[in-house]
Amino acid sequence: MSNMDQSKIRNFCIVAHIDHGKSTLADRIIEKTGLLTSREMQDQILDNMELERERGITIKAQTVRTVYKAKDGNEYIFNLIDTPGHVDFNYEVSRALAACDGAILVVDAAQGIEAQTLANVYLALDHDLDVFPVINKIDLPSARPDWVKNEIEDVIGIEAQDAPLISAKNGVGIEEVLEAIVHKIPAPRGSVDNPLQALIFDSVYDSYKGVIVFCRIMEGKVSKGTRIRMMATGAAADVVEVGYFGAGQFIPCDELSAGMVGYLTASIKNVKDTAVGDTVTDAENPCAEPLPGYKKVLSMVYCGLYPADGAKYPDLRDALEKLQLNDASLFYEPETSVALGFGFRCGFLGLLHLEIIQERLEREYNLDLVTTAPGVVYKVYKTNGEMIELTNPSNLPDPSEIDYMEEPIVSAEIMVTTEFIGSIMELCQERRGRYLGMEYVEETRAVLRYELPLNEIIYDFFDALKSRSRGYASFDYDIKGYEQSELVKLDILINKEEVDALSFIVHKQSAYDRGRKMCEKLKDEIPRHLFEIPIQAAVGGKVIARETVKAMRKDVLAKCYGGDITRKKKLLEKQKEGKKRMRQIGNVEIPQKAFMSVLKLDDSK
Amino acid sequence: MDALRREIQYESVRYVDYSVKSVFFGGGTPSILEASDIACVLDCLRQHYIFDKDVEITLEMNPGTADKDKLVRLKKAGINRLSIGLQSTDNIELKLLGRIHTYEDFLQTYYLARDAGFANINIDLMSALPGQTMESWLGTLERVTALCPEHISAYSLIIEEGTRLCDRLEEYPPVPDEDADRMMYQMTKQVLAGKGYQRYEISNYAKKGYACRHNTIYWQRGIDHIVNYVGFGLGASSLFRNVRWKNTGHMEEYLRVFAEYGQEGAEKMPHESVKQDVEKLSKKDWMEEFMFLGLRLMQGVSKQEFARSFGIGMDAVYGETLHRWIEQGMLAEEGDAVRLTDAGIDVSNVVLADFLLDDAIV
Repeated sequence: MSNMDQSKIRNFCIVAHIDHGKSTLADRIIEKTGLLTSREMQDQILDNMELERERGITIKAQTVRTVYKAKDGNEYIFNLIDTPGHVDFNYEVSRALAACDGAILVVDAAQGIEAQTLANVYLALDHDLDVFPVINKIDLPSARPDWVKNEIEDVIGIEAQDAPLISAKNGVGIEEVLEAIVHKIPAPRGSVDNPLQALIFDSVYDSYKGVIVFCRIMEGKVSKGTRIRMMATGAAADVVEVGYFGAGQFIPCDELSAGMVGYLTASIKNVKDTAVGDTVTDAENPCAEPLPGYKKVLSMVYCGLYPADGAKYPDLRDALEKLQLNDASLFYEPETSVALGFGFRCGFLGLLHLEIIQERLEREYNLDLVTTAPGVVYKVYKTNGEMIELTNPSNLPDPSEIDYMEEPIVSAEIMVTTEFIGSIMELCQERRGRYLGMEYVEETRAVLRYELPLNEIIYDFFDALKSRSRGYASFDYDIKGYEQSELVKLDILINKEEVDALSFIVHKQSAYDRGRKMCEKLKDEIPRHLFEIPIQAAVGGKVIARETVKAMRKDVLAKCYGGDITRKKKLLEKQKEGKKRMRQIGNVEIPQKAFMSVLKLDDSK
Repeated sequence: MDALRREIQYESVRYVDYSVKSVFFGGGTPSILEASDIACVLDCLRQHYIFDKDVEITLEMNPGTADKDKLVRLKKAGINRLSIGLQSTDNIELKLLGRIHTYEDFLQTYYLARDAGFANINIDLMSALPGQTMESWLGTLERVTALCPEHISAYSLIIEEGTRLCDRLEEYPPVPDEDADRMMYQMTKQVLAGKGYQRYEISNYAKKGYACRHNTIYWQRGIDHIVNYVGFGLGASSLFRNVRWKNTGHMEEYLRVFAEYGQEGAEKMPHESVKQDVEKLSKKDWMEEFMFLGLRLMQGVSKQEFARSFGIGMDAVYGETLHRWIEQGMLAEEGDAVRLTDAGIDVSNVVLADFLLDDAIV
């Protein structure tokens, strides 16, 4: 197995817009190559985390090796490298693509090309991958395969006339795809005799083996006992095991050589030492240069995570520690809030990443969390020449010490049918977007190009986009850089007390609008007390919006006799329990969810 | 009726050491029973239990469910207190409330009852009804007090989930808002006080000496007010010594159990399956109930009685809670007593919920 003929290896991935059937096609390929019996097949093998399946999103790239006996009589090794399907994980996608030699482009026969299709296919082409299209869901009554073929050729510029027409769901046309993989995707190159040069495209933590590094061997070979070095992080270790990927399991082998995709373990304790995109080489016989494209992963979105029950702080710390073992892009550090007590400031790749981590903490670690408003990293230039990277609004220096501030900007592509162009442009305008241009991909669809501040899109931009285009718009973005901007800190005062966990940074122009919406939302979330509670939004000590939670006037059981006592007692107990789940700010009790509901302030009516 | 009589008889062996201070026919509309049935139940009770001399025997009654003859016979059977569910003197309000009686039906019943010799009558009223105004409520109070009943229960309507009113609230005329509701409540106290009715519980008013002895039992939990009540019949609730339970609400089950119990085989006890939600009260439960039930009474709760009952001072258990609510004007302390203030009554759930203890404390 170790001396596998390179010409019989195909390393590829599948790129698609969400819901176009990537995972289903992956399942069929695995099934048809006969690695597993039908009985062993879980419905969607690649997405094996519970959460992923529910969301229909592949969070962490996974990879599987199968054996295909082609019509030419030869056996081929297929390494199917899975790629995450969301812009938050763009960098991970790019590294997974770099591990491939070709890609299958899946396009929905009814929907055609979407923004993510374009983004992913361009990314694949950027990595010099040979891309061939397949048209999926041809069983749908609304399927228009010929139209989609023309669209692929017009918009992407790749040959599509002989694209396999398939229904991954029903297993139609899969043979054709398998043959196309053999013929259209090039065999890997690279020499076993060169010094080891391997690309890390993912890693997972195993409590027995330590970090399991997923890699593509570009040059040379690696086996048990090889002293390896990660070129970017500098970490060195002795290889304990190498192997390849069965479906859902690791299968050890003797050696991995140029062209192969597999894993290695070396008793590495921390995923931070095995950064995605880093190059593994032989410490004794290193390659001259690392592989191109390595980037340090930066957290783009920050928020505070607090245990709803303060006593669970150590549990939260342990859970974050465990999650980080598998997720080098998750950042956290302890912080304290007057309102919420002890917690952590956490950094994420994007809002989806945040939501996933939050859900995993709640589901897998059984924690009740309070999340503060997510924010981006601002650069604050102080008058003394110092620059600080601000991740927590509470740490904003006094305005007199601030020279100016910068915020991150993204370049975004929004694909939309022409009838919604107006409302989407309006949305981008509201979100301080800078219009760059528009291209028609066909008569009824266009790509809008905008530059948008990241902090305008992390909250609810995607929801707003969907609701204003009746679900038709799709969206993709890249971080462009930092730009100077007029930013202010918006404070929320409840019963005259500032609630630090509710403060956020906002553009001066949007301050009033956001402040007003925050107050309205909080008014609905905060239950009535025995006294009146003013809710105020303030910038620099000046109140810009106000709402009032009226005092409660009536909460009394008119009747309570012998037969009612148990029931009435339960009622009082429920009332008391409800109170326990609240946060005490001064003498006001604020429900946990109030801290989160303010994240969704979109008002598209 | 047979099953009920058997239950009364069968259960009596447990309570031989006790005498009966009060009997209450309530829940649903017991007044639709024939007078002879009521008499029969009372006879059965007298046969198996010892009645105090001044025993209070109340019958809940809906207007229009008894004629002159029936009222006379009820009186003769031993009923000495009537509780009549009038709710309102406004026939439109009554209709909206789904009642089938009118104010005129009530008046007839009331006068007949007086004629039959009933000298202790309660009238149930309801404020904050759909379409009710302050004027109509004051009218109801005016007309009812003119009749000089000994006792008035005035409840503020609480719209509970699952009721027709709650589900179709928009089909009804508007319910008075909270401010109007509370104003009605405050006016009730003033108007009734002016007519010689003392408020002794959140919703109960009585002329001197006519506070309902029966209900007062439910609200007192201290050593000076040892409470035991036993309910007979479908869905009836009981509290005896430190166990609380409720009879089954299923008629078939109830009948089956007491059918098995024959006169001859008295030692052959029917099983206990009629008793549901059996709950043993802990010291913590007693303390909580001492407070949240006791505070319903205007006289409040006694700190001394608390200490004598539980061997620990009220302040040691509830000091912080008491202090906080006294400070906010929801509770008042007068000598040995702690009681709800008028403002505290309006939001009493919030205050009373605070007297439930965490498991860790006791």
